[in-house]
Amino acid sequence: MPRMALTRKCRDSRLGAGSTVLNLIELQEIMFKNYYTAFLTIRVRQHTSTHTPAKWVTCLRDYCLMPDPHSEEGAQEYVSLFKHQMLCDMGKVLELRLILRQPSPLWLSFTVEELQIYQQGPKDLGIWFQVSPTLPASGQYAFALQSPSMTFPKWLSHPVPCEQPAPLLEGLPDPSRVSSEVQQMWALTEMIRASHTSTRIGRFDVDGCYDLNLLSYT
Amino acid sequence: MLQEESDLALIIAQIVQKLKGSNLYAQLERQAWASLQRPEIKLESLKEDIKEFFKISGWEKKLQNAVYSELNVFPLPSHPAAPPEHLKEPLVYMRKAQGSWEKRILKSLNSMCTELSIPLARKRPVGEQKELLNKWNEMGTDEPDLSLFRPVYAPKDFLEVLINLRNPNYENGDSHSFRTHLGLIQVPLKVKDIPELKEFFVELGLTAGQLGIDDSTQVPPELFENEHVRIGQKVLSEQDSAAAQQYIRQGSPTALRAELWALILNISSQPEVLLCFSRDTSVLGHFAYNSASPPKSYIRGKLGLEEYAVFYPPNGVIPFHGFSMYVAPLCFLYHEPSKLYQIFREMYVRFFFRLHSISSHPSGIVSLCLLFETLLQTYLPQLFYHLREIGAQPLRISFKWMVRAFSGYLATDQLLLLWDRILGYNSLEILAVLAAAVFAFRAVNLMEVTSLAAAEAVLADLSTLKVMPLLQIFLFATVT
Repeated sequence: MPRMALTRKCRDSRLGAGSTVLNLIELQEIMFKNYYTAFLTIRVRQHTSTHTPAKWVTCLRDYCLMPDPHSEEGAQEYVSLFKHQMLCDMGKVLELRLILRQPSPLWLSFTVEELQIYQQGPKDLGIWFQVSPTLPASGQYAFALQSPSMTFPKWLSHPVPCEQPAPLLEGLPDPSRVSSEVQQMWALTEMIRASHTSTRIGRFDVDGCYDLNLLSYT
Repeated sequence: MLQEESDLALIIAQIVQKLKGSNLYAQLERQAWASLQRPEIKLESLKEDIKEFFKISGWEKKLQNAVYSELNVFPLPSHPAAPPEHLKEPLVYMRKAQGSWEKRILKSLNSMCTELSIPLARKRPVGEQKELLNKWNEMGTDEPDLSLFRPVYAPKDFLEVLINLRNPNYENGDSHSFRTHLGLIQVPLKVKDIPELKEFFVELGLTAGQLGIDDSTQVPPELFENEHVRIGQKVLSEQDSAAAQQYIRQGSPTALRAELWALILNISSQPEVLLCFSRDTSVLGHFAYNSASPPKSYIRGKLGLEEYAVFYPPNGVIPFHGFSMYVAPLCFLYHEPSKLYQIFREMYVRFFFRLHSISSHPSGIVSLCLLFETLLQTYLPQLFYHLREIGAQPLRISFKWMVRAFSGYLATDQLLLLWDRILGYNSLEILAVLAAAVFAFRAVNLMEVTSLAAAEAVLADLSTLKVMPLLQIFLFATVT
């Protein structure tokens, strides 16, 4: 089973790194929730050929997650990084290493959470790995990568294929593409709606009755 | 490139989705159907002809205004993985703090109900209904006995909560040498410094004309005022919301203000049923981007059963002591109750709600407090240090001004000039800048006081202050 290890590199406590051994064919997207990491560097070890040893290559250098490392902006944001943002080709990735940097002494700890990696497989299916959330601030440890326990709507597991965009009309996106985005938005709102209680927005009475004694704390 | 395209497509999709439920959509549909009668609409070029008709008849402009309004009010679509609470407030500890604060308010309200044996809501008994119907026309003079009721909370209670706000991941200990903040707010939100404020408020600069400065009696109106009024009239005749927002940064002429605000806030001219604010359930929509959540209750006896859960009050907003000050200035502008109410409601769901909920938004009260303190500490360090030494932390005095958006403290004409700029810049940061400017203005007197009470006395009366000169001097004419 693929394993993921996150270690503190050197004595500099402002640096964290994690690497994961994967048998990816082509990496499409990396998604995570930031937790006070200011800059992110990603390195990959790619399979070249049977004779030459695989080398580490930097595919993302000092990507800024927090515009001001000393303030809260961007500190807990959800981030997606795509293939086209990488400095190198993301095919045949064997190992992936994340290097987190936080130069500010103001924060007690920093990490990335809910890390998910999307790949483009031979059958065009998105297979993703979920790392358990909230890693401790220091020390060495390993995670087992879990298989998805939740069913996601189809569009989430079918990443948008990299096709040539239709010619733009006066700088506006292609209407058929917009309509497919509307469908995605609809799917998203349905997902959100399903996760809420069944209380209808705007309801202050039930069958004409609005007798209330006390407010609820939950 | 691919990412930006899909971001734009997503924003467009979101706005389309939102507008689909609106009155405007229904009207556009009706107009499109009705237009089929017109001779210039031909079947072969139906789509283009209807679009052209919309352009000429002004409906396209209405749609543009609606889109512009959506862009102003709603945050951009966030990452698909972000849950709805992340859109309300991205920082977990702030969400928790808001939750605890809400619980306190609910407890306070519940204990008041229990003490006074009064239900939150009930249908009037038949006897009372009859009595009320008899007295319907004299309602304004008949007031219920409110002597036993006390306010649910006052601004100073809320300030205590903000002072105790802490980020659990923040080094609150000894690294003070690196980042000293001597004020009351101890969370490291990003706030603008004066160079950034000068850029943000560029139209308030010394080289641009301002209403509130360049329309005073000594200044000949040909220099600025006449032309500014003329431009305002043009903006109104074009009914362009975006242009109005840009225009009003230099202030609104009194005669045009009511219409300009209505245009910027995209108020419909349809007569609307006037609802008492507390009963207006459409206000619940703003909780999607407000860190606060509406209180819940259960119809009598059905505690815990979701089918019997309702929001209370129906609009989800529990007012605090002084809440009516958000409405009072608007009564000077609008005589028609329907318009007055719509303007107030729109102002509340765009701006005022941020003044009494805990969030990391740049226009949220926490950021405003931090901006005020940082401006004072950075640009008036001697004054700040002196006031702190005598036990008069400046925020304790300015908090009540900001939480009420200065309503009730400034002269009405000055307040309206200030609120012009809130609309123009779509931000409440100007409240913090004004608060700092007021301290700067009275700095000499404040340096001589030796107690909090004396400091309060120096700053008790703001009714003679001229807002625009203060702001301009503080931002653009002070040597930093």
